Amino acid sequence: MRRCETFTESTKNLLSSPHMSTRKIRVLVAKPGLDGHDRGAKVIARALRDAGMEVIYTGLRQTPEMIAAAALQEDVDAVGVSILSGAHNTLCPRIVQLLREKGMDNVLVLVGGIVPQEDLPRLKDQGVAEVFLPGTSTEDIVKFLHANVKPRD
Amino acid sequence: MSETKESSSPAETEREAWEEQTLKPALERHPERKKSFQTVSLKEVERLYTPADTADLDFAQDISFPGQFPYTRGIHPTGYRGKLWTMRQFAGFSTPEETNARFKYLMEQGQTGLSVAYDLPTLMGYDADSPLSEGEVGKCGVAVSSLADMEVLFDGIPLEQVTVSQTINAPASVLLAMYLVVAEKQGARWDKISGTLQNDILKEYIAQKEWIYPIKPAMKLVVDTFGFCTDHVPRYNPISVSGYHIREAGATAAQELAFTLRDGIEYVAWGVEAGLDVDRFVPRMSFFFNAHNDFFEEIAKYRAARRIWAREMKNRFGSNYERTLAMRFHTQTAGVSLTVQQPLNNIVRVAIQALAGVLGGTQSLHTDAYDEALALPTDRAALIALRTQQIIAEETGVANTIDPLGGSYYLEALTEKMEQEALEYFRKIDAMGGMVAAIEKGFPQREIQDSAYHYQKAVERGEQVIVGVNKYAMTDEPSEVPILVIDESVRTHQVERLEQTRASRDAGAVANALDKLRMAAKKNENTMPATIEAVRVYATLGEICAALRDVYGIYEEPAF
Repeated sequence: MRRCETFTESTKNLLSSPHMSTRKIRVLVAKPGLDGHDRGAKVIARALRDAGMEVIYTGLRQTPEMIAAAALQEDVDAVGVSILSGAHNTLCPRIVQLLREKGMDNVLVLVGGIVPQEDLPRLKDQGVAEVFLPGTSTEDIVKFLHANVKPRD
Repeated sequence: MSETKESSSPAETEREAWEEQTLKPALERHPERKKSFQTVSLKEVERLYTPADTADLDFAQDISFPGQFPYTRGIHPTGYRGKLWTMRQFAGFSTPEETNARFKYLMEQGQTGLSVAYDLPTLMGYDADSPLSEGEVGKCGVAVSSLADMEVLFDGIPLEQVTVSQTINAPASVLLAMYLVVAEKQGARWDKISGTLQNDILKEYIAQKEWIYPIKPAMKLVVDTFGFCTDHVPRYNPISVSGYHIREAGATAAQELAFTLRDGIEYVAWGVEAGLDVDRFVPRMSFFFNAHNDFFEEIAKYRAARRIWAREMKNRFGSNYERTLAMRFHTQTAGVSLTVQQPLNNIVRVAIQALAGVLGGTQSLHTDAYDEALALPTDRAALIALRTQQIIAEETGVANTIDPLGGSYYLEALTEKMEQEALEYFRKIDAMGGMVAAIEKGFPQREIQDSAYHYQKAVERGEQVIVGVNKYAMTDEPSEVPILVIDESVRTHQVERLEQTRASRDAGAVANALDKLRMAAKKNENTMPATIEAVRVYATLGEICAALRDVYGIYEEPAF
């Protein structure tokens, strides 16, 4: 519900922004850890691309350091982390921390995958913008990005 | 069957009359719920199937009897009347001690075979103390870094009596070696033990993506296990050619069928190329399929799988040996179909999927636990999963007669359609130069990604219903289920044992054994004897895989 309201407000801002059509939202889809299950990452990457965003996929088995470096190099607005292995509490906070250390204060970190309910508050406290659990519609993720990526020149 | 053929024309006339006189007025009064009806693979389903849909089938050649070519109705002449399927629940988490306790618990509850799930570091060939293993030790399965862990894992489990399936691929030859050495230490004879190694590297490049080496040396390692087991462990299944993961990655039922069987053909071709005798090693190849939601489509898939395999082994490899032609397979219910939302609904999904596996004639079955979309299963969830199989076996009566759905117009037509779709894929893959070449081109990978995307969109449009997710969703869900939590102390425990192992072993012997293994790999000899020697002196999984990486290099996935 909160997400929808933010979406409406932010869409208005976007519509009134002169830069709206000049820069597409750029997203890094990242797959940290040893797990190779990339169905979700690939589906999300394609859905975001179909929604008009520029998507860079890291490929498999990236360390948090590699992901942060790719985010910087690609000048992205958001990093979508796909993780199903249970290693989220170790890997996600480190990705956020490395992004901030590299000065990417506005880069959103979204997490998608198998994350138990009780881990959600901690991940958000540690700087994860949103966690999308199994069953999420790709359209909700598109809306979230439109609502929360800060327009920039 | 000849009677059906003769009556097909009158049947058509009768069908037209039915459509005109009975159906049309009914449709005018009550239109159907949807414009089109589709399987979970997004394939069109007709309103009704009649003898006309099976008129091209020849009973003797296409359907026949159980235990007879082409095995459409099953590989055993007595079906499940002789022996029920093996109830083999996949289990593994945390430390070898904890998993050993779960194995014993499951066996006390009537489970008839074991199946080991390894954690991600083990699957990727890293030791628990590798920096890459951080956060992953014991999470998705049990952590095994050396023979010392394997000894604990099978402590008190007699390997001469229990069959064990190991889900391990890229480093499979190493885990097989550990298993053989543990068996030997128990006093079990290698020619008496049985079990299954997943060891299907092709589907890793296609779908699950847990690879280490480039494709060709990885195939060589697989063929090494074929040769070694044929000579020394003759009752062991050195491969389980797996469609399960292909399906989970998003393939349709027909793609799962086609890519899995074409993988199987590729392994046979490589074995033959290496000088192995088809009728000595193929009888010990086994298969592994998914059981997804679409009941009839799944049953048709299993029946088509047996028929295609028998025909391909005969036509491509000239075999007439019953045990080469008859495909044996394991089935697991579809993890991907389980929902986080309203998780108890998963018990029902699993029961129906398991029923499809049984009606399809599976040799063994794993039923998923209802909490597996959330985490690894708790004891309680694992027990209900096992009980589900026992209820199907003992209460429903479906095991009383063989292939009870055989002869259904729908099922036979669907079986035939599945076979034709698979053969069409075979033609394409053969034209590319075989499965290894097709994988290098990214062909099966792209086909699967496309299917996954189309399915997701169909769900988002509401065309494919997932109860509790895109229909009948609840904002306040009544039941929270307890989940299994594995903390970081597992890694500490495992690293401690690893350090003890490294401290107490003969370092010179380890270095020698690893050198011998590198040499065997370089000289293109069978690597199994050297792997067994390395395992025996407690070289770790990580060290052995590193030695092979020195020779073979690593796989880099091409962009597509």
